[in-house]
Amino acid sequence: MSTVEERVKKIVCEQLGVKESEVQNTSSFVEDLGADSLDTVELVMALEEEFETEIPDEEAEKLASVQDAIDYIVAHT
Amino acid sequence: MSLEGKTALVTGATRGIGKAIARALADQGATVVGTATSAAGAESISADLKAMDAKGFGIVMNVADPDSIEAGLKEVNEKAGVPVILVNNAGITRDNLLMRLKDDDWSSVIETNLSSVYRTSKAVLRGMAKARWGRVINISSVVAGMGNPGQANYCAAKAGVEGFTRSLAKEMSNRGITANCVAPGFIDTDMTRKLDDKQREAMMEVIPAGRLGEPEEVAAVVAFLASEAAGYVTGETIHVNGGMYMG
Repeated sequence: MSTVEERVKKIVCEQLGVKESEVQNTSSFVEDLGADSLDTVELVMALEEEFETEIPDEEAEKLASVQDAIDYIVAHT
Repeated sequence: MSLEGKTALVTGATRGIGKAIARALADQGATVVGTATSAAGAESISADLKAMDAKGFGIVMNVADPDSIEAGLKEVNEKAGVPVILVNNAGITRDNLLMRLKDDDWSSVIETNLSSVYRTSKAVLRGMAKARWGRVINISSVVAGMGNPGQANYCAAKAGVEGFTRSLAKEMSNRGITANCVAPGFIDTDMTRKLDDKQREAMMEVIPAGRLGEPEEVAAVVAFLASEAAGYVTGETIHVNGGMYMG
């Protein structure tokens, strides 16, 4: 079983079409990985699906970096 | 055939324009799932597609009921694959002059003709975004632009659909998803057969083509918008009305 970090990074790669080597924990989805507003919505939906959880909009807005997403998933699943 | 391997969902496909659209898309090779409000309607869709040796079937779905849409989409995804073509055709009329219009006439037309479009579109967008390809085609009406006495509810819903479609087009364009409307004029269907002789006579006077349209003439435009060739057409309303209204 992969760790949360690995699973989050895999989804980020798939959704944003970036290479694994480009994805650091500190990477910002918008500034570093080139996500637009629709990408971030899709990313959150993919995370919800992968981790079988629901991320409320007000929480989703705060997920700016890979680490933010990992922290959120760890705390809520 | 151009739509081979793609799944299309057509609401209100039992008769009239919806039936012609289901056939036209099946003709292009799409797997077509048509919705009906009754089991008998769903069976007739299945039989009709089978008779033309096409892939696809009918399902029961009430577009005014969110739970029914969710259940219907689940069935489509499981049996036919994720739809990348959505045709929102289902619609009702509850005509009356505004001074006599009941709250229920208003809300049921808005629910069935407008809110349903929001719900079905939202339900299929994820799959289209993943596929990086999608076609949302909403059936509007000539009266959305020109207005019609006795149809304030219907005109409001259809004009709403056109505005909705333009927003959707802007939101999803960079995912290869287009959203367009087809606005039929007076087409020879059960909906127009309900009109009385006086209304029909008045209608003929304002149609330069001098005849009603055929459902197939609407379906042909839908088939074009669903095609690969229409990939750069989005946010548009195409009128199919024999010249009675040109926007």
